[in-house]
Amino acid sequence: MAIAAAGPDLSSPERVSKNGGDAMDANTEAQMTGVKNVHPLAVRMTHWINVFAMFIMVTSGWRIYNASPLFDFKFPRDLTIGGWLGGALQWHFAAMWILVINGLIYVAYGIVTRHFKANFLPLTPRSVWHEFTNALRGRIKHELGVYNAVQRAAYIGVIGVIVLLVLSGIAIWKPVQFQGLAALMGGFDGARWVHFIAMAMVVLFVAVHVAMVALVPRTLLPMFTGRASTTGHGG
Amino acid sequence: MGREDKSRLDRNLVAPGREIVKLERRLFLKRGLSLGALTMLSGCDVTDAESVQKVLWTMSRWNDSVQAAIFDPNKLAPTYPESAITQPFPFNAFYGESEAPRVDGAKYKLEVGGLVREKAPWTLEQLYALPQTSQITRHICVEGWSAIGKWTGAAFKTFLERVGADLTAKYVGFKCSDDYYTSIDMQTALHPQTQMTFKFGEQILPVSYGFPMKLRIPTKLGFKNPKHIAAIFITNDNPGGYWEDQGYNWFSGS
Repeated sequence: MAIAAAGPDLSSPERVSKNGGDAMDANTEAQMTGVKNVHPLAVRMTHWINVFAMFIMVTSGWRIYNASPLFDFKFPRDLTIGGWLGGALQWHFAAMWILVINGLIYVAYGIVTRHFKANFLPLTPRSVWHEFTNALRGRIKHELGVYNAVQRAAYIGVIGVIVLLVLSGIAIWKPVQFQGLAALMGGFDGARWVHFIAMAMVVLFVAVHVAMVALVPRTLLPMFTGRASTTGHGG
Repeated sequence: MGREDKSRLDRNLVAPGREIVKLERRLFLKRGLSLGALTMLSGCDVTDAESVQKVLWTMSRWNDSVQAAIFDPNKLAPTYPESAITQPFPFNAFYGESEAPRVDGAKYKLEVGGLVREKAPWTLEQLYALPQTSQITRHICVEGWSAIGKWTGAAFKTFLERVGADLTAKYVGFKCSDDYYTSIDMQTALHPQTQMTFKFGEQILPVSYGFPMKLRIPTKLGFKNPKHIAAIFITNDNPGGYWEDQGYNWFSGS
């Protein structure tokens, strides 16, 4: 409670309106009943489809990596899917369509409905640093449906990294047909490194993301239902 | 150089009979799905593995057509200076280097079949008489590694024209002296860099790299580059391939 009080007045109408998009009317109505829509349906759906696709991409990707490792280690077989290189490649090249199509829908939605603008902006390095140091001191405040500066930076960042992941993947898949793209990545071998590093960054994001949900468990249910109670929570 | 080193994938696959290979694949599938079954396919019966398999193969066929659409018949694979050549160029096959087939060049006769006008076999001497060029290109393995080599030989397109191949047919199939087999789309067969290779560097193609003749296709993954070619045939029915039939994507273009 004390932590929430340290932040700005999060219940002001201005803040609530930042949810943006189609959720707004429902919010105004729902506010009276103490429930508001914090995550639009499109965001929830694309999020969980992305989880599914990314899970397949990463675990099959690890198996593909194992066929010709860049480093002196291989991923444990039990953490991979596909059974062998050919199987893993089948999973990888099937799930890539889900990942890319779902990602395009999400980005188009974010731009057209101004979801990105309403939820990820404004964003300044100063505010990110401020929130980050606060978080390190254990002062994590969380208003459901309102992202703090660190979250905004992380979400924008991971979207960028996934774009890089897809582009480097295309460069590896088609180093001749898309040789300009491959050259941007430092050629075929360079693209493999970019692809691996981008994967590692996504995995790191997921680890932190899931850890934060574990720290603030009440954020989990709204990611399924979209709704959160506007009363009875602080901290 | 195409075939991937089986031993690097899994020694279990080196089985004499196709049935055993199929059994192994089933085991792979079960093992491979164990994690998936626990995490995301929970609730599904094990027999669903069959339908999952079907979906994956369907997606692979879809990816074949996407790649055929993306393929630009005039786009050349990047070429490199001599200094970029990988030394030594790796040997690659589904068997050990010492097991590579020893073909007698003097008795060698390349069979030509299917939708062609001239079905007479070709001697090595006749093949060597074809106009030849060199290319220094990157061989990319499905496993992820790559190596740059210098290859000399005849444009495959020239050969197909000489034998009067039906260039409107869909596929070109290859049978090899080591029982390897594969096939490619006609578009790729006619690509200017698709080469019947007789020389590696400055020397006659060594046994390790596919004597007496291999097909060098810098727009496809390594396993689509057959070595020790014994027969070439033109067809409209997809002949598949050694690895392709086990699950590697058929088109596998670069």
